[in-house]
Amino acid sequence: MIENKKYANKYNFAFIDEATKKEIRRKLLKAVALPGHQVPYSSPEMPISRGWGTGGLHVTLSVIGRDDVFKIIDQGSDASVNACNLREFVNFMTGCKTTFDTAEATLIQTRHRITEEELKENQIIVFQVPLPEPLRMVERYEAKTLQMHAEADYSKMWVSLYESYVRYGAIMQGAGYPVMVNKRYIMSPSPIPRWDTPNLHQAKTLFLFGAGREKRLYAVPPYTDVEPLEFEDVNFEIEDFSEAKCYKTNYKKAFLDELYADDNSRKYVISDSNFLDKISDKDETHQYSNKYIDQLEAYDQK
Amino acid sequence: MGYVAVKGGTEAIHNASELAEFYRINGNTEPIDIKQIRAQMRLAIDKIMGEGGIYAPEYAAIALKQCEGDVFEAAFVLRAFRTTLQRNFYSEVINTREMFVKRKISSSFREIPGGQILGPTRDYTQRTLDTAKATETNTDIQAFLDSIGAKIDPEKLEGVKSFGKVIDILKNEGLLKPVDPSEDRRLADITREAIKFPAPRSARLQMMARAETGGLMALGYSSQRGFGSVHPTVGELRYGTVPVRVKDATGRTRYIGKIEATECEMITGSKSTKKKEPPYFTIGYGLCFGHNETKVICMSTLDSAMRRPELGAPANDQEFVLYHTEGVEAMGFTNHLKLPHYVTFQSALSNTRAAVERNKKAQLEADAWKQLSLIS
Repeated sequence: MIENKKYANKYNFAFIDEATKKEIRRKLLKAVALPGHQVPYSSPEMPISRGWGTGGLHVTLSVIGRDDVFKIIDQGSDASVNACNLREFVNFMTGCKTTFDTAEATLIQTRHRITEEELKENQIIVFQVPLPEPLRMVERYEAKTLQMHAEADYSKMWVSLYESYVRYGAIMQGAGYPVMVNKRYIMSPSPIPRWDTPNLHQAKTLFLFGAGREKRLYAVPPYTDVEPLEFEDVNFEIEDFSEAKCYKTNYKKAFLDELYADDNSRKYVISDSNFLDKISDKDETHQYSNKYIDQLEAYDQK
Repeated sequence: MGYVAVKGGTEAIHNASELAEFYRINGNTEPIDIKQIRAQMRLAIDKIMGEGGIYAPEYAAIALKQCEGDVFEAAFVLRAFRTTLQRNFYSEVINTREMFVKRKISSSFREIPGGQILGPTRDYTQRTLDTAKATETNTDIQAFLDSIGAKIDPEKLEGVKSFGKVIDILKNEGLLKPVDPSEDRRLADITREAIKFPAPRSARLQMMARAETGGLMALGYSSQRGFGSVHPTVGELRYGTVPVRVKDATGRTRYIGKIEATECEMITGSKSTKKKEPPYFTIGYGLCFGHNETKVICMSTLDSAMRRPELGAPANDQEFVLYHTEGVEAMGFTNHLKLPHYVTFQSALSNTRAAVERNKKAQLEADAWKQLSLIS
């Protein structure tokens, strides 16, 4: 009997076996109930390298249903090579429809970006997380960070932000800017640029985070307070693109990628590939609104 | 919609993987038979099974072939394959006293019960490059097999039984430290739950059994060399086959087959912590699939080291050892740096440019004040 099954490559729907999917969904429920709290989970090996989106895949494959429309981006782009590979994997294992259109997708997996277009109540976005522990930069031991979270003892974190200000005149934290969730847990929003961070606050969408290698899940439910760490007099700031504009569309109010041509000349382009398409085609878009980008001009007037 | 921004990605990765496949076979030689890999790459197969966490020599051979001999990658392929299998049973505790011993040595005693059995080892050979292997033929192989077959006395084979253990000698004499009743003896399953620290010894041993051999070696070596204070002696190192049993649904114990395993019991001296308590010996334990002596030696060294935390000794630090010797995770994450990071880098660029600007401005101001003070 074993002989017959030997080389049969029959996979379960969405690759992971049902018992493990159930386990992951239960851990996700716990994560949703405790916004920003990291929940340990089994994190089975995927046929994708550790650190290449396994945590995101665990979440995606555990929650995906046959009617879901799946979109996946890396650095904002649907065309990024690793995203292409993961898209094919999910599509092959589930048969679900895939899309580039942010508005059409019901389930979006992302690495390092949130879409420029605002996500809705019926959508879920899944983040691939390399380092789930925001306190790791100030405390190397897992046993200790666990205690710090339990006691909401974040003094080391605040001191490190203060030290950064004293030394460099600003909080130098780049992508993955630490946030306070629901006024309780400090959370790493995964390495999204600061541009995206304010969009986590009181959002309509369920945000799920999967850190495969570190075996942690966490979540930000819809309409939850998410505040970047800042001082009264030294504030969180988003990336500055005031001197730049998208060379294809003249658009300014989006996260821009910096491009260099063969002659070393510099230009910028909209990072979110689907958003770029929609702006280029003058399609209707519903961009996120927050106090940082609302004051920016959409198009270059010059 | 135009999808202007999206093109090329999928096509590029397909071409790249096709090209990798081309590199695997472009020498236009005979395909390697899986049976050959299993038989002639025995130690590579054992490493892959150990790190892959699944005992399946044939699948390990396929993985090795598919990955052009990259043992790391092959172990990773097996791990991923393992995920697709449901865990139906937990095996009963394997009893290595039942081992059909193929090799068994002790460095702590000159003579041990059953004797020192060298078995298959290259330990005492000169590692000269054997160029004759380049022209090895079937006839050579057959001649060798015949000659070795002639040396075997079939009657003596019947007499081979299992052997007692060296540590029993120490145990019976009362030299081994009794197990600390406060030690965490929970039985974890690291394939089903994330490891938490401090980890019970069961989790530590499981992690190391699947850890990457080179990683364990680096840390085990560091502990012997000076970053730590483990001074180990091999109590016993044995390699052979052991039976595996599971309990079926009716609760009956069933024999399901045997596996090859290497085991090491490492003796280390233990300082007593309490006054009036004599010093004892403790045992560090190592066990892995197949034949991999480096792995079990380093595993047992680290098992001892981790039981006595010590500042400044990475090998004595559970979190350091267990997280960083996990080969599949370490390889994945170190290689993920190849993925695009331009968004995160943009964020860092923005910060650094602003900081450099601030610095320039401050410098200009300082210079201006200096000029001013020179004039006045």
